[in-house]
Amino acid sequence: MKNWFMLTLVGKDRPAIVAKISSVLFQENCNLGEASMTRLGGNFTIMLMIQFDGPADILDHVLQPVCDSLKLRYHVDQIDGELHHHLEPNVQISVHGADKAGIVAEVTRVLAAAGLDILNLESDVAGTSENPLYIMNIEGVAEKGVEALNQALKSVDCGEDVEVHLSEIDILRG
Amino acid sequence: MIMAVLEILVYPDQRLKQKSQPVEVFDESLLHFIADLEETMRAGPGGVGIAAPQVGRFERIIIVDVSCKPKIKNHGRLVMVNPEIADKEGNVVGREGCLSVPDYTGKVARWDRIVVNAVDEFGKPQAYNMEGYEARAVQHEMDHLDGLLFLDRLVSRRGSLFPRTPLRGVEKKADAC
Repeated sequence: MKNWFMLTLVGKDRPAIVAKISSVLFQENCNLGEASMTRLGGNFTIMLMIQFDGPADILDHVLQPVCDSLKLRYHVDQIDGELHHHLEPNVQISVHGADKAGIVAEVTRVLAAAGLDILNLESDVAGTSENPLYIMNIEGVAEKGVEALNQALKSVDCGEDVEVHLSEIDILRG
Repeated sequence: MIMAVLEILVYPDQRLKQKSQPVEVFDESLLHFIADLEETMRAGPGGVGIAAPQVGRFERIIIVDVSCKPKIKNHGRLVMVNPEIADKEGNVVGREGCLSVPDYTGKVARWDRIVVNAVDEFGKPQAYNMEGYEARAVQHEMDHLDGLLFLDRLVSRRGSLFPRTPLRGVEKKADAC
């Protein structure tokens, strides 16, 4: 049984955060697993699986100097790590329109009730500060079938200036 | 004919990165191999195509059959030997996986409509106009003939709001993919 930890990290974006964090971990014989790293609103964020044969407090101790020097906040949790068992999405839902509070709550409430298991969600706020655009892309598994989601989406109420499109993902395997 | 399911090479096996050679001899042994290749494709979970180099035979042979997919235009079972893309247009993003890359799928941009010239397993010239999912399958398999995997063509996980919208418009100029 491999010993997996999840590192969550956030701080003001600057060059070389990934290089410095991963170098420190490599020097401590850590092996990295799956990760999501992205810039969100000027912050750099990391969710990173780390395999490490020791306790969380040692890992914490290893990360502290580099995170302090880069002014990053971080957190380490021991997790059950499971590799080589990716679930494959069969639907994609694209949402875009005028930015306003409540879009995510409304769309995901409706989708969850109709059986959507979300595997991946990415969103951006684009446009200008006067006219902000909200753009969200969701991928997931339609546990109750695609038609149930299509029917449910008719009841989404985010106003006329927000569009919601569902498309099926048919993965080609060759 | 007794058919066999052949062993599929799995990346990072570097043999998958080599270029395959044109078929020059059309004989019983080729037919036997193609039967085995098809058996191997059909044995895989959900496989709609396969290329000879995936089983370690580095000749320009692919098989595609997307007829199991509902509501998709298709030509049924296709054996394409020495295939060449003669014309192409449109560009769409879709999600692909590969028998040679377990446990991973990713978004890849492909030509939406293609004209493919090839010969069949008996050496008879064929030309196919195809689009969408079937065209994607042929392009995926043809990439294997040049040592390319879908991993070499991944596009960003972000974006692609509309999977079927042409990205680059119409391009008619023919060249080698």
